[in-house]
Amino acid sequence: MSAIPTDLKYTASHEWIRVESDGTLTVGITDHAQEALGDIVFVELPEAGRTLGSGDACAVVESVKAASDIYAPVAGTVTESNQSVADSPESINADAYSAWLFRLRPDSADLSDLLDATGYEASIANS
Amino acid sequence: MDAPVKHTPLHACHLAANARMVDFAGWDMPVNYGSQIDEHHAVRRDAGMFDVSHMLALDLTGTGAKEFLRGLLANDVARLKTPGKALYSCMLTEAGGVIDDLIVYRFADDDWRIVVNAGTADKDVAWMRARIAATGANVSLTARRDLAMIAVQGPNAIAKASAAMPELSAAGEAPSPFSAIRHGDTLIARTGYTGEDGLEITIPAKEAASLWNALLASGVHPCGLGARDTLRLEAGMNLYGQDMDETVSPLDAGLAWTVDLRDEARAFVGRPALEVPTSAPRAVLGLILEDKGVLRAHMPVFSRLGEGETTSGSFSPTLERSIAFARLPAEIEAGELVEVDVRGRRLRARTVKLPFVRNGKILVEPTA
Repeated sequence: MSAIPTDLKYTASHEWIRVESDGTLTVGITDHAQEALGDIVFVELPEAGRTLGSGDACAVVESVKAASDIYAPVAGTVTESNQSVADSPESINADAYSAWLFRLRPDSADLSDLLDATGYEASIANS
Repeated sequence: MDAPVKHTPLHACHLAANARMVDFAGWDMPVNYGSQIDEHHAVRRDAGMFDVSHMLALDLTGTGAKEFLRGLLANDVARLKTPGKALYSCMLTEAGGVIDDLIVYRFADDDWRIVVNAGTADKDVAWMRARIAATGANVSLTARRDLAMIAVQGPNAIAKASAAMPELSAAGEAPSPFSAIRHGDTLIARTGYTGEDGLEITIPAKEAASLWNALLASGVHPCGLGARDTLRLEAGMNLYGQDMDETVSPLDAGLAWTVDLRDEARAFVGRPALEVPTSAPRAVLGLILEDKGVLRAHMPVFSRLGEGETTSGSFSPTLERSIAFARLPAEIEAGELVEVDVRGRRLRARTVKLPFVRNGKILVEPTA
């Protein structure tokens, strides 16, 4: 398994979050998650404009083996979803940290509930 | 407390190959080694191998063995004339539900091998022993946990297995389809669960790792339970516990072809129940999803004649779209459009005759 990037934030449910310079959040699934899922064959993404509560199931990533819900890491509004990942779901297996799923404008700048790389690593080790 | 997880004789080989391991019916088994789609294609196009040692081989011997099996199984072992010939059958409850599906090999009227599923093995053996006691049959049943089983499947499986197995190349030719040849405790059967040609090889447990490594060296790809599931789904083969169980009659599970009612004098367990069906007949058809998404087991299906359900579903690497088995009202035909409730959305699917794929070829019409 590849190293967990230290410039990203994480959830215990295996989403990664990058804070962009304009304050929006880019969300994807971790390398650990893609490896557990195996070959990904279908992705369903939220539409721009959809408002999400923290922890809302808002996307689905399906591998040959199983369907996995993706949760909003914080409350906010979807600004964009990644059509190229919907067209090529296997790109998540190839590089989970560049194959982002959607972008979110958070309701609050407070991201203190999210994990850093060390915290996420610990959460995987305990699961 | 849960029973400790069990290991097959090939467990160390799977760990050495960096397999992703899962608990399957109490066994720690490989689900995939790398990409399960690549493993699937290896079997359709070349040769792959599966550790199936979690399944249980049973020896049934004794002068009463043939008549015992004729009463135990829904298919009729009297069909088996030549030594080594195999038969697929269900074993039923008195109510006609499926206890397990199994393969039985006949070597002689007093010498048989039965292979049952891992998850049902204990229940099967208990059922058979109870039946032996109840009928007083002159038979002896022996569970063979001293054996390992490797399935080698694909268009190049026999050639590659022959290169790895002196016993097979020495025999001159492979057994004929759905037959086995036996040398001591080694059994080489031309059977499988993938829709491809190939072998299921039973060997003493202590020889398993060296055979696995010899097969690897001759270019056979290790494949996990993930690929095994998509291969059998494309091949239209049922999975016990998912496509049928004790609540389902084989007649409603697409297995009428395995229920042999020709000999009216043969009183097998479950026969009276099958002859007096209590519910509307159901048929099993394949589904090809026309919309985007993935069909899974036990999703509601809406047809012009009422509701049914998927029993298995996944993504088909050969068709590159989602497929499923659906249990539907018996009058529904191939080529109809139905809707499936996929996680709250109604998606369109088309019914097709099974199987989807056999011997590397797609047998259903492609979707536009």
